[in-house]
Amino acid sequence: MPDIHDEDSYEPHPKPGVSHLDYAGEQGMAVEQETLVESDVVKREEARSLWGDAWRDLRRRPIFLISAVLILLLVIMAIFPWAFTDADPRKADLVHNYLKRPDWTDFFGAGWFGYDGQGRSIYARVVYGARASITVGICVTAAVTVLGGLAGMIAGYFGGGVDAVISRIIDIFFGIPLLLGALVLLNAFSTRTVWSVVVALGFLGWTQIARVMRGAVLTVKQSDYVVAGRALGAGTGRLMFRHILPNAIAPVIVVATIALGGYIATEATLSFLGIGLQDPTISWGIDISSAQKVIRTAPYVLFFPAAALSVTVLAFIMLGDAVRDALDPKLR
Amino acid sequence: MTANGASALGAVPEEVAFAQEVPRGEPILEVLDLVKHFPLTQGIVFKKQVGAVKAVDGVSFDLMKGETLGIVGESGCGKSTLAKVLMNLEPATGGSVRYKGEEISRLSGAGLKAVRRNIQMVFQDPYTSLNPRMTVGDIIGEPFEIHPEVSPKGDRRKAVQDLLDVVGLNPEYINRYPHQFSGGQRQRIGIARGLALKPEVIICDEPVSALDVSVQAQVINLLEQLQGEFNLSYMFIAHDLSIVRHISDRVGVMYLGRMVEIGSDAEIYDHATHPYTQALLSAVPVPDPTARESRDRIVLTGDVPSPANPPSGCRFRTRCWKAQERCAVEVPLLAAPSWLDGPARHESACHFAAEREVGQSAAEREVGQSAAERENGQNGQGGTGPG
Repeated sequence: MPDIHDEDSYEPHPKPGVSHLDYAGEQGMAVEQETLVESDVVKREEARSLWGDAWRDLRRRPIFLISAVLILLLVIMAIFPWAFTDADPRKADLVHNYLKRPDWTDFFGAGWFGYDGQGRSIYARVVYGARASITVGICVTAAVTVLGGLAGMIAGYFGGGVDAVISRIIDIFFGIPLLLGALVLLNAFSTRTVWSVVVALGFLGWTQIARVMRGAVLTVKQSDYVVAGRALGAGTGRLMFRHILPNAIAPVIVVATIALGGYIATEATLSFLGIGLQDPTISWGIDISSAQKVIRTAPYVLFFPAAALSVTVLAFIMLGDAVRDALDPKLR
Repeated sequence: MTANGASALGAVPEEVAFAQEVPRGEPILEVLDLVKHFPLTQGIVFKKQVGAVKAVDGVSFDLMKGETLGIVGESGCGKSTLAKVLMNLEPATGGSVRYKGEEISRLSGAGLKAVRRNIQMVFQDPYTSLNPRMTVGDIIGEPFEIHPEVSPKGDRRKAVQDLLDVVGLNPEYINRYPHQFSGGQRQRIGIARGLALKPEVIICDEPVSALDVSVQAQVINLLEQLQGEFNLSYMFIAHDLSIVRHISDRVGVMYLGRMVEIGSDAEIYDHATHPYTQALLSAVPVPDPTARESRDRIVLTGDVPSPANPPSGCRFRTRCWKAQERCAVEVPLLAAPSWLDGPARHESACHFAAEREVGQSAAEREVGQSAAERENGQNGQGGTGPG
């Protein structure tokens, strides 16, 4: 086959009888085998990586689609609440007291979900309340992922004494119930804003991520490609962030997504207990708290913020579940 | 080589030391009495050492420039630990490793990084030794990022493509991920990564044992071809005796952390004098059924003793048919036995080193066959030929 030389100018030692697809230079039966693999590879060229596979898998899951649409809606609501309602959530007009029931004909209007005890539009408060919940959820998750991820990475990578110290600190934090710890911490703030809640929850919540990260790093650290990196002379930073982190991050992302819903619920719980956010911040937790006084006469005052909270938490937990299933190759 | 340029300028002292050319046939890597013990500890807070797994326990050999030294031995005999200690991936407990006369086993920092340029490794499993999150271009280009002096930044892509070319892969595959390749192709990528820094020594830790037999031959041939092209010295660890014989100039046999016999491939395969080597060779599958019937297999009894508590004296004595009281007391030294002549006189750590008819050549097989037929005389169906 003299034409091979022209086709494969990059092949330094072209062997006769070797298909031009076959750069491995196999002969006989092995040629067919290798060629098959080759064409297979060409066909699936772009679509095969853990995240690529996960994305293709996710797109076909109704649970993921529903939760993603809900979360997208909530995030837009948090950023541009005025796009959803003209009403001012802080305008208390006692003409509309809580006895004024939801008006289903008033689509997206101030009276759609009725008015609360101070005559404020419940619909507007539900829309504006999304911002506090989403901000707390996303910021706490970001904080714990960075903090916990770093702690877990350091503990898992260096091992030995460093690991022992970090692991014991994690154990101590695990001993503190999240709610009790947050109560104590938030009491120290004279005025509590969204950011004080973020700091408190972030300070108490990083341990979960740290444990997951530590376990993942311990597994990945053993793998041959990390040893190969060391054999090449790679430094600690390169090994950590180019070799270990990209291969250890998947379980952390899953745990973080599921935990995000939990942080939103915790924020609402703290606000309900009067130790989280304070008026005039608009939060579902505060509204649920103030609604309990009128629950028998006007249950809808409680219902709408509670429903919004439940749907939000559910959406994030469902998203986390879907991502976990998609990233776990054993379930595929 | 850049190393020569650096030595001319006298900029980096470590490289000056390594830049001197070792003539072919001179030792490039000298290993003397290398020891690696993994401590066994008890207690959680107050750890105390209760013993040690003696994975490598006093191994000495030289690796010559341009040669291939095969290391064979069964699982758990310390072959891979030996490779890791030589690569400085595990700190040595004792002994010395000299590269071109320089002690390297206690190096760290810049000195170690300089040595890493000259000694590289090819790993056993091509499915786990390549980072699945990096493209082939990133994997093979990483050595250049770590050692920027080897290749200037603008030339790196070209250098990576040249390396892919050298190992027989299409240079256009540079943006693909490892999972898009077959096992043999992945091992070529691993070899390309090892070659990137233009090392002089490559330690191959069972580089083909995870591959299909058909692909094994290609990778072995590639390694041999590269050795000629780049004047490489290989330390080739394997448990497949026939592959080791094919590729090696010299062969060392390990048992329980010790080197028991070392010599040229003909000396080891045709004139083995250590009982363990003889037993290993007798277990090599023979493709010819008639020869298989006639050959004399040594079946070792018992298990390999624990490396945490190896037998006294000769480590093989618990499974050896030649063992006597002397073996339990006196550790046999790895030296050429004075009582043997010819090719049988090579380094062998046995008090009773002697040749035995195993791993027969074609002429010897004829003799062995007729002898076997005489033994199986009553059956009359022992062999096919008239003998």
